[in-house]
Amino acid sequence: MAHPVVTLVAQRLALGLLLLWAASVLIFVGTQILPGDVAQSILGQSATPETLANLREQLGLNEPALSRYFGWLAGVVQGDLGTALSNGEPIAPALGKRLANTLFLASCAAVIAVPLAVLLGLVSVRYRNRWPDKLISTVTLATISVPEFLVGYIAVYFLSVQFRVFPSLAAVYDGMAFGERLYAISLPVIVLVLAVLGHMMRMTRAAILNVMQSAYIETAELKGLRPFLIIARHALPNAVAPVVNVVMINLAYLVVGVVVVEVVFVYPGMGQYLVDHVAKRDVPVVQACGLVFAGVYIGLNLIADLVSILANPRLRHPK
Amino acid sequence: MRRYPLAALLGLTFTCAYFGAALLAPLIAPYGMAEVVGDSWEPSSAQFWLGTDSIGRDLLSRMIWGGRTTIFVAACATLLSFGLGSTLGFFAAVKGGWVDQALSRMVDLMMSIPSLISALVVLSVMPVTLPVLILVMGILDSTRVFRLARAVAVDVAVMDYVEAARLRGEKQGWIIFREILPNALSPLVAEMGLRFIFAVLFISTLSFLGLGVQPPLADWGGIVKENKEGIVYGIPAALIPAFAIATLAISVNLVADWVLNRTSSLKGGRGA
Amino acid sequence: MPKDTLPSALLDIRNLKIGATAYPPGEAPKEVTLVHGVSLTVEKGKVLGLIGESGAGKSTIGLSSMAYGRGGVRITGGEVFVNGRDILQSGPGGLRALRGKEVTYVAQSAAAAFNPAKPLMEQVIETTLATGMARAEAEARAVDLFRQLGLPNPETIGKRFPHQVSGGQLQRVMTAMALCPKPDLVVFDEPTTALDVTTQIEVLAAIKRAIRETGVAALYITHDLAVVAQVADHIMVLRHGRMVEYGTCAQIIETPRQDYTRALVSVRSIDHAEKPAGSAPVLSVQNISARYKGTNFDVLKNVQVDLPAGQTLAVVGESGSGKSTLARVITGLLPATQGRITFNGRTLSPDLAGRTRDDLRELQMIYQMADVAMNPRQTVETIIGRPLEFYFGLRGAAKRQRVQDLLDQIEMGRGYADRYPAELSGGQKQRVCIARALAAQPKLIICDEVTSALDPLVADGILKLLLNLQAEAGVAYLFITHDLATVRAIADRIAVMYKGEVRRYGTKSDVLSPPYDDYTDLLLSSVPEMRLGWLEEVLAHRRMVGAGN
Repeated sequence: MAHPVVTLVAQRLALGLLLLWAASVLIFVGTQILPGDVAQSILGQSATPETLANLREQLGLNEPALSRYFGWLAGVVQGDLGTALSNGEPIAPALGKRLANTLFLASCAAVIAVPLAVLLGLVSVRYRNRWPDKLISTVTLATISVPEFLVGYIAVYFLSVQFRVFPSLAAVYDGMAFGERLYAISLPVIVLVLAVLGHMMRMTRAAILNVMQSAYIETAELKGLRPFLIIARHALPNAVAPVVNVVMINLAYLVVGVVVVEVVFVYPGMGQYLVDHVAKRDVPVVQACGLVFAGVYIGLNLIADLVSILANPRLRHPK
Repeated sequence: MRRYPLAALLGLTFTCAYFGAALLAPLIAPYGMAEVVGDSWEPSSAQFWLGTDSIGRDLLSRMIWGGRTTIFVAACATLLSFGLGSTLGFFAAVKGGWVDQALSRMVDLMMSIPSLISALVVLSVMPVTLPVLILVMGILDSTRVFRLARAVAVDVAVMDYVEAARLRGEKQGWIIFREILPNALSPLVAEMGLRFIFAVLFISTLSFLGLGVQPPLADWGGIVKENKEGIVYGIPAALIPAFAIATLAISVNLVADWVLNRTSSLKGGRGA
Repeated sequence: MPKDTLPSALLDIRNLKIGATAYPPGEAPKEVTLVHGVSLTVEKGKVLGLIGESGAGKSTIGLSSMAYGRGGVRITGGEVFVNGRDILQSGPGGLRALRGKEVTYVAQSAAAAFNPAKPLMEQVIETTLATGMARAEAEARAVDLFRQLGLPNPETIGKRFPHQVSGGQLQRVMTAMALCPKPDLVVFDEPTTALDVTTQIEVLAAIKRAIRETGVAALYITHDLAVVAQVADHIMVLRHGRMVEYGTCAQIIETPRQDYTRALVSVRSIDHAEKPAGSAPVLSVQNISARYKGTNFDVLKNVQVDLPAGQTLAVVGESGSGKSTLARVITGLLPATQGRITFNGRTLSPDLAGRTRDDLRELQMIYQMADVAMNPRQTVETIIGRPLEFYFGLRGAAKRQRVQDLLDQIEMGRGYADRYPAELSGGQKQRVCIARALAAQPKLIICDEVTSALDPLVADGILKLLLNLQAEAGVAYLFITHDLATVRAIADRIAVMYKGEVRRYGTKSDVLSPPYDDYTDLLLSSVPEMRLGWLEEVLAHRRMVGAGN
């Protein structure tokens, strides 16, 4: 019989694929089958019966929904995301470039936010209910309650208009040097970090606190171990899984935050691309973007799941 | 015994002020919602307390009218998500079996796509009107209420006093409304506050992206969008509605915290 | 002892005061005192038993010998000397040298006290390595201790993870962990309380042997006087954070001076004469088998018992014996897969939905945890009044009067009708649950471990109340318990269950007299008795029988 961890991991991977497929159905249903005529809403009030019929033909709306779905899905699996209605160009290359930009922005934010959140979480636990903890908790509560675009504009107002430290627009183009690119996106990165930091730090704190309050930590204290050894030997191995979980869940928040931040800073990424084409009612682009966002989101949650399985001693060392 | 802690009092005052202003907008707004009364981006003065916006409308009036829209849409969406989510959540918990499985898996699926993305996908084909916005936000958000309501109800439903009621021969109605509901209510009430904040942030974000409330109707997210160009010239008009959103969110948060603390002590209906 | 002399004892606690901050919900935090000036000494190689009910402060005092306060607990006054050094003044470095080396600790739940992510050996020798011993030597010492404590596969058990080892074994591994660094004093904090009685005796014997062979001193904390009588040299009785009585083990058990100690010693010596087996059965369980959904084995196998009207059938067994499942089958929560239950001469429908209102009314149930058996948002009057309203249509003044009558019957008196469960003590809560069952005027009440969560004296009160009510109302009890002392106190008939089967069934006098089957013998002989030398007698007897086979 296979090791239970192998079985579980295989199960989770299969479940992730199933979920991704179901999400594709949901996105398709959301754009194609909902009440409301796509062609009508694209053309608006000025539509004549002929233009409507033409557009329907062009969109393939006269075919049955099921065959349209499988046609779309077959394309997606082969990397063909269809063509945009607004300019008639294939979606995949345009989207690929923007996805790269978005991932660059998001990973820069993650590289700063994750260690910072874990560090602040540790500090909060170390000084629990004393002033550092209270200060961190108040500030993070405030950042949670504030919409991302407010953080964005406050940052622009002070950091680029009043003090002119950073550019207010995150203009990036091909062939830009890495350093320049980093400088260009510094404001959006700051905003993204602030947007996820609060949630991530609070959840990290809760996860670590939960471990620190378990009976085996008391055992370690009653063994007279140094605080450093207690944390390194007894808390850390058990805290890894919950903390990784927290981090992954919050990186998923980042995926959503990035949409707003890209619009604020006019950054040529996925979010901006999606929002523009929602306004243009360019359904194929919206479907493609929706699917990519869902894929990233599901993928991050899957990683969180896998880490907790791999870190669980009960599963790694079965009876 | 202190009856109202300072934080709760502060939260309560601000929340009431915002809701009051929203209700009384036609009476207290100095100018009409879309009335052009001056030059663009006039600084604050005795005539225009908060100055004017990008096309010369009184910003204070826009804020008051905008708050009315934002709070109205968010409140409707919250009620919808709450009604839908808690009813289905309780239903799933009490029924169990395949009903529970079907509803829970459906919710898992809906939550596998971030709700902002789902909303954008749906709004790309639906006409963007207030009822559609409320419906989309309400339904997407009801998934979270469903999860909480189901979890709380499942916790309560395994309690011995629920089993005792079933052994007594009580009907389903008594068990849900007399045994489970009173014990599941306080986390749900606190959750209602959080859902409302979420709805305010959600509608503001949509409007800011240009996909929510459509002009000339005012709402806070839209006012940020209309005035964002001013920022680079050092005109803070766009920060005012954003600030209003933040203070409303924080004060509702404080009130919800207080309600939760107050009702979660299990001394029954007397409050502590 | 005069205050100014230097302490000669290993552990010398003087006038210890311990406090904590309580956070009652919705109220301002307040300071509470847990221990009001307790003094004690432990000599080298001696065992002091600390005994008391919950809230007596015994664990708190035990941990103070390591200068440790759990949660927000603080030592607010007094001195604690270990080997002549005041550990309350010794600072973090001094405490690290003390904890885990001079004084070690064995917790109630070893399953929670071991780090789930590390193999046992790593944890057992952790402090021993810190004292400078070589790894091989430390491991050899640990294996010796494992062997001494009677653990299976002593050479390899250290490679296992905590979840791979049973509860009784983990408790012994924890004892080995405490003894490994050769401490002067071990604090045992209820080390056998969470175990089944047949496991408890093995662990207790192992601990006692290890204490004797290593010559270590110990503080043995427990609520069970019969257990501590087997291992302690001296006993201190505590109540509400104060000392009640201190003496040698023999003096406390045989000639207690204080009323409270006398009550503890004579607890569960209720004298209940068995009723004659004449009356017709109110409940007859015939060939019942049952299994849980989605499993493929029977948790009950051909169970067959009768309960005569107005009598008590005690169903006794350890965890996993199926005794609580039997209750679920009788109440209809878990329909049987085979067999028949007759109640009052009628055949009961296997599942709840098919039962008549009279069936439901005449068969009531009382639970182990009274806190969760009552809706916290209902008053006592609503809780007791609901069956009156539901079954008899009583309302208004008539209902209120009847509720008061019932409260009188359970000896609670006036002023409780408007209270919420959270405002009652543990014993009062269980009384209200009894009143709720009585309100239905039942023929049979199923009592599922109703006294297990209560302190012994409170439990005694509940048992006496149940016996009185039986005499007045003629109600029959199906009494599910793991505690043989309770069985002796109230049963007319007994069914001994083991792994889903009834191993022995009959009148109390028959079941409790020899010849026994193997399991009943093991079970009966494992129950600690309140006398010195009981443990040695049992072990000697078992060795003799084992050698004879």
